[in-house]
Amino acid sequence: MNEFYFIAIVAMVFVVIFQIAKASEYVSVLKGEEKTRKQNNKINGFLLISFLVLGMIGVWYCNDILYGRTLFPQGAASEHGQKIDLMLYITIAVTGVVFFITQVLLFWFAFKYQEKEGKKAFYFPHNNKLELLWTTVPAIFLTILVVFGLKYWFKMTGDAPKDAILVEITGHQFAWDMRYPGKDGKLGKKNYKLYNQPSGNTLAVDFNDEESWDDLHTTEMHLPVNKNVKLVINAMDVIHDVGLSHFRMKMDAVPGIPTTMWFKPIYTTEEMKKRTGNPNFVYEISCDQMCGKGHFSMRGVIVVESEEDYNKWLASQKPEYFTLFPEKDPSKQVQAVDTTASTSKPMAQVMPNNP
Amino acid sequence: MSTVTAQEATHHEAHGDAHHEHHHHETFITKYVFSQDHKTIAKQFLVTGIIWAFIGGLFSVIFRLQLADPNATYPFLEDLLGHWAKGGKLQPEFYYALVTMHGTILVFFVLTAGLSGTFANFLIPLQIGARDMASPMLNMLSYWFFFLASVIMMSSLFVQTGPASGGWTIYPPLSALGEASSGSKIGMDLWLVSMAMFIVSSLLGGLNYITTILNMRTKGMSMTRMPLTIWALFFTAVLGVLSFPVLLSGAILLLFDRNLGTSFYLSDIVVAGKIMPNEGGSAILFQHLFWFLGHPEVYIILLPAMGMSSEILSVNSRKPIFGYMAMVGSLFAITILAFLVWAHHMFVTGLNPFLGSVFVLLTLLIAVPSAIKVFNWLTTLWKGNIRFTPGMLFAIGFVSLFISGGLTGIFLGNSALDIHLHDTYFVIAHFHIVMGVASFFGMFAGVYHWYPKMFGRYLNNTLAYIHFWVTIVGAYLIFWPMHYEGLAGMPRRYYDFSNWESFKMFSGLNQFISIVALVVFATQLLFIINFFYSIWKGRKVTKQNPWEANTLEWTTPIRPGHGNWPGEIPEVHRWPYDYAKDGKDFIPQNVPFGADESKDH
Repeated sequence: MNEFYFIAIVAMVFVVIFQIAKASEYVSVLKGEEKTRKQNNKINGFLLISFLVLGMIGVWYCNDILYGRTLFPQGAASEHGQKIDLMLYITIAVTGVVFFITQVLLFWFAFKYQEKEGKKAFYFPHNNKLELLWTTVPAIFLTILVVFGLKYWFKMTGDAPKDAILVEITGHQFAWDMRYPGKDGKLGKKNYKLYNQPSGNTLAVDFNDEESWDDLHTTEMHLPVNKNVKLVINAMDVIHDVGLSHFRMKMDAVPGIPTTMWFKPIYTTEEMKKRTGNPNFVYEISCDQMCGKGHFSMRGVIVVESEEDYNKWLASQKPEYFTLFPEKDPSKQVQAVDTTASTSKPMAQVMPNNP
Repeated sequence: MSTVTAQEATHHEAHGDAHHEHHHHETFITKYVFSQDHKTIAKQFLVTGIIWAFIGGLFSVIFRLQLADPNATYPFLEDLLGHWAKGGKLQPEFYYALVTMHGTILVFFVLTAGLSGTFANFLIPLQIGARDMASPMLNMLSYWFFFLASVIMMSSLFVQTGPASGGWTIYPPLSALGEASSGSKIGMDLWLVSMAMFIVSSLLGGLNYITTILNMRTKGMSMTRMPLTIWALFFTAVLGVLSFPVLLSGAILLLFDRNLGTSFYLSDIVVAGKIMPNEGGSAILFQHLFWFLGHPEVYIILLPAMGMSSEILSVNSRKPIFGYMAMVGSLFAITILAFLVWAHHMFVTGLNPFLGSVFVLLTLLIAVPSAIKVFNWLTTLWKGNIRFTPGMLFAIGFVSLFISGGLTGIFLGNSALDIHLHDTYFVIAHFHIVMGVASFFGMFAGVYHWYPKMFGRYLNNTLAYIHFWVTIVGAYLIFWPMHYEGLAGMPRRYYDFSNWESFKMFSGLNQFISIVALVVFATQLLFIINFFYSIWKGRKVTKQNPWEANTLEWTTPIRPGHGNWPGEIPEVHRWPYDYAKDGKDFIPQNVPFGADESKDH
């Protein structure tokens, strides 16, 4: 019923506006088209200049309300992020000045040079000096922005420092999975055809590769503060994207083509709670590439903590190999001696496609 | 060249006269349905475009309802959409279908076909002094292929698994695997087939526009005497002809991957627990093919709006356009650069950083011709004698929006900043302002300006002014705050933000934006009512040249027949921007040079 009233009211408003518009057209014909046009001109000239003034106030007001909700006040949580914020500020300043000047000129000219009785427009078809001026000035400013931008771009997309902690993150519809390389610092090989072999091997790890035996599989990412981190990014099914807005980082996860990114977190989650004044603050991983109906719910969590806490957390995790092959788990094994002789046997059984 | 043009002209003279005798026996079908008159075809494109714009706009209103309050239920949605809105709550699958179709419809069906199709068809023969297009038959087919594409796309809305829902960019593997999304089942095939038809239509149209402009200009109409509208439509057609085939090939390969078991875009995939056999393809390959069209497409949408705004700003300022050659040059520069920047949509796909840096350079280079255009428009207004017709207001609005949206392009084109802003609401704000709303403003400017020529009647002025003011205020209210959401990293294409600690503080703002969107949509309905009402009941045009403009279309009768000029095609003696010259308010192009007239322009 509500919708009915709503539609009825909207229809009524339409009819009223339409009737007024029609009546005003009759009036204009009676008054004479020329006279009406001049009246309309004055009204619209005034509206244009009002739009400029109110618009500029609106821009200021909007900034006043929303600035606090952007990520600027809390600061970037990574070194790269700080550079990006600096660049954002510079770009906002440059474009802001251009925005202000051009919009003011546009609406001011429109208002100032509106049609007046007996006035003649100025015949001014071209002027090479002026045109050269506004070709070169933007070109110079853009060069500056490009130079800054590329300097940071090459740094951020360059190789990760050698000491970086390696974490693999894999996206699938609709969640994130992490893999830590364990003590050997190397991630075991993967082969997507081994998916779910044995049951539970959701990352399709090739457990024939000994390097995989100490790898940890977790659903939450823990990182130590002030250490470089290198993420290796994979996708199982469709393209996803690891979006880390607090670190100002982002990289697609493409099936079949692993990608990487690196950064250095500089605040722990606890520190960010204080910085943001939000006791519920968490570093969130958002999927930033459309990936299907659950795209909006593909949320991951990163806990940044002190190195000590990080190591404690690492130690508390059990390698995936032992979860999937409980008989290999030394903590549970009494009959360990029998099975070590035929390490690869269970794998051979579950891998019909193994070349 | 000039002799050829002269011959053409005389040839068409004879042809045109013959035409008039032939077409006395036109039936309703040949006059209004399978018409070969470029003016009728233009109107067909326009009306189809308006219908699509209504549907595309309505979709955005429905998904804005969801964003306004993710927990609200709207029982009428269930009546409208059935199981896609069970219990009055929009399902995520359908939310994504709506988003996808909103993009597809507005980018291709409205702002490409509806905009270029309408104004290229309508203005090219009229403004260059030709009786019709080079091939009226292909021109007619161009519309009917578009119609066919429309029917197929429309039918995809009604299939059980829903229309395509992987975003208007239809990135595989999501769009290639039916298991990944219900919208990637039959809906996606229909999308691809519809787009193939659409591309055929676009190519037929584009080839025709180029041929007509190059070969059928009237005597004296040298290239540098063409109105900027024609230049813009010319470059638009070149862009379309060279880039649409690439999308077609991309779409065909995707159809193969979907239906014939090939692996162009697929490799190493486990979807919904199923291990796919495909190996060796690259999902990124599709993005290259898509954006090789996708980026020129932005300019296919924008250039006609630029051209029409240039013309309308000059006419209503009663001043020549400032820097005509610079305007043509910057259109040309934009056309070339448009082909060389596509990978700036792919900065975070794992693109080679060096390659990325080249694209940064070329992308930011586009800002230079864009800046030239903006300053030239501003100088055109300076010391003018401006008449605020509805068309003029929309042209001014276009410039304002082009500035606002263009400047944010400098953020996104800089790859380091794009890392943070990519796929956030900042991008939504940017391209809606600069490509969406700005091009719509160009289109509205064109409709208001040339409506008298199309239908021999005026649109209602009061409704037009209401339409303009609500739309420009609304557009800024909707899209300006979105920049802030984007700066906070809020991702686009999210159905619900309420579970996100990082983004949920924008729920109030989202509600506000949705309310404004509703009002703006309602105002567009006012325009549609005005448009159709005025075709039959609008105030009649009594003056041959109501805006006192110089271009040739205003030398035709108020309601030109097939062939445009009843007698000879006028000869052109000057460029189209002799306003305020030698103390004369305006001198139409067909007026010969006076003996004492100053030569410079």
